[in-house]
Parts: sequence; structure tokens; C-alpha cells
Amino acid sequence: MSDPEAPQDVAPAETTAADRPDPRFQARRGRNIALALGLIAFAILVFLVTVVRLGANVLDRPL
Amino acid sequence: MATMMSAITTTPDATDSPARWQDYLQLLKPRVMSLVVFTGATGLVCAKAPIHPLLGAVAVLCIAVGAGASGALNMWYDADIDAQMRRTRGRPVPAGRIKGAEALSMGVILSLLSVMFMGVAVNWLAAGLLAFTIFFYAVVYTMWLKRWTAQNIVIGGLAGALPPVIGWAAAAGEVPLNAWLLCAIIFMWTPAHFWALALYSSEDYEKAGVPMMPVVAGAASTRRQIFIYSLLFVPICLLPAFTGLGGLPYLAVAATGGLVFLILAWRVMRSRAGDSADPRLDGRLYDVRAGARDARNLFAFSILYLTLIFATLLVEASLGLPTFLNLIPGGV
Repeated sequence: MSDPEAPQDVAPAETTAADRPDPRFQARRGRNIALALGLIAFAILVFLVTVVRLGANVLDRPL
Repeated sequence: MATMMSAITTTPDATDSPARWQDYLQLLKPRVMSLVVFTGATGLVCAKAPIHPLLGAVAVLCIAVGAGASGALNMWYDADIDAQMRRTRGRPVPAGRIKGAEALSMGVILSLLSVMFMGVAVNWLAAGLLAFTIFFYAVVYTMWLKRWTAQNIVIGGLAGALPPVIGWAAAAGEVPLNAWLLCAIIFMWTPAHFWALALYSSEDYEKAGVPMMPVVAGAASTRRQIFIYSLLFVPICLLPAFTGLGGLPYLAVAATGGLVFLILAWRVMRSRAGDSADPRLDGRLYDVRAGARDARNLFAFSILYLTLIFATLLVEASLGLPTFLNLIPGGV
């Protein structure tokens, strides 16, 4: 006797076109990530350049 | 010209596939960018001026982004030409993956960003030269010279020749004779390099209505001019050894490579490269192919030669090797 509660072997459903990720969405996601990384890198670069340009002068101010 | 201007801006097989980030990168012409980074860095190092490594890297980055911005503006304006040429029809704008307006926006924004950042972070002389280079490539060459005169790449070559000057200005805050000598080397290299390419792809240029030298003056005249420009180019490559810029290794590389360059240019002049295949000369078609091979050899070697002489200068300056003048007894 088989247990009626036991999980049945179910054939995996075929992937339909609707299930596949939309290439437009994937492309947009890739562009957004690239843009975000670029902006973060730019912000870090501006910070580092500021530190290098100012150098020790950062501390040379009236307190 | 009017026909060309009104030509289609997308290829027949243009797709609606969405633009990926790689397409935007392609808009910046990464191959050209890499050459510009290399020559710009050479100028920066050869200046032998004290510059913080980060600021040096920023200067090279700005040169690269500025070159990329010029590339984007070029692809925006030349979409009609690019769509008609086999070599360029797959570019993002003619292929329909990126709109022309987007390429234009990207070009303008990156131009402003690179120039402003160069000015604020490095110095305004380098920023001014970078701005001029972008303007010269995008406006003077792309919008005017390219479609108007067979001397397009001769005069337009200045844009590609300026990066070492920008690099030098970034490091030293001035542009002495030796900086302009590096510029002159690339400037005089350009005609032989591009005309060799045009000799075996002139059909494409003709189809697109671009007045390249082989299209306007014919292949024989172009081959002759390649050799004349090569005769002028090679001696200029030797000059840095006598102006306190290059050392003995440089002189050896420049002289040996220059000799090979001249031999290859001579072979091109003696070949039938660029001649259209005459159907009546079936038995001699091999000669036409052989001529194209000579042009290809010169084109390939021109890249190698320029890379070698700039790499030698870069290595010599980085290692602090003595210049040729230092080695001469009683020299400078």
C-alpha cells in the first residue's frame, strides 16, 4: 500500500517563455549595477583626491 | 554628400534588443582608449616631474574618459556612415541598440566631467588641452574634415597625437619641446597607418561616401604618399635620442624598427594594393591579393612600431636610464 500523503513524483514543469526572465529587465539591471558602481567609484575617487590635494593642510586651521 | 547625409542611420537588420552596459562601453571605443591611455601615460612618465601617483592615475583616467567621450560623440554623428560600412555597422547606434540622442548625451556629459575633473584634481593646462583634443576630434575631424577632404586623417590625426602632451602637462604643468616631439611622432605616423588600412578597405569608404585618399586620389597616389610620409616619419622617431628624451635602447629600437617600416612602406608603394580587380586580368588577381597583403603588413607593423617606441621611452623613464646625450662624452 502506498501512503496517500507521500509526495508524488511530479515531472518538472516545462519552462515557458513567460517564466524566462525578461531580457529587457536583465539588461536594465546590468546597466543600473554598472552605473551604481561607477558612481560609487567616482565618489571614492573625489574623496581620495581631496585628501591628497589638501594633505596636511586639513589640520592647519584655527580651532 | 547630400545623399550620404540623408542616409539611413540604422542597418536593415537593426534589432530592438535592449542596450546592455557593454554597449555603452563599446560607445567609448575601448581599443582607441587603450592606445590613448598608453601614450598619455608615456607623456606623464617622460616628464619626470614629481606628481602624486593618485593624481597621475587620475590624469590618465581623465584622458581615457575624454577619449571615450570623443568616441561617443563620433558614433552619434557618424551613425549614417557607420551603418554603411562592414567594419562599423555592428556599432551600438547604427545597430539600433542605443539611440543617437543617448550617445550624444553620454559624450557631452563625459566630456564635461573629464575636463572639469582634470582641472580641479590635476591642473588647468592639462584640462584645457584635453578640452581642445575632444573638440578637435568631435567637431573639427568628425563633423568637418572626415566628410570634406582627403586630408581628413592627416589633419585630424592631431587629436590622436595630443594625449602624450596632455600627460606631460598633467605631470609638469608645462609642455616643452620634447612633449611636442611625442605629439609629432604620432601625428606623422597617422597617415601611413590609416592609408594602409584604407588601401584594403577603400570599397567600404567609397560606399559610405567618405573621401579617404584611395577613394579620391586613387590607390597609386596613396601608395606613393604613404612612402613619402614614412620617409618623414622615421627620422622624427629618431629625434628623441638627440633631444635628451630617449636613451641608447630607444635609439636602437627606433632605428631598427624604422628601417623595417621603410622597407614595408616601399613594398606597399611597389605593390598593387588598393587597385580594383579588373575582371579582364583573371590570371593576375593573385597580384591584387598580394598587394593587399603588403598594405596589411604595413598596417600591422605600424601599430607594433609605435607601441615599441613609446614602450621603450616609458621603460627608460620609469627606470631612470641615462639618455643618449648623457652617454656621449662631454654630452648634456
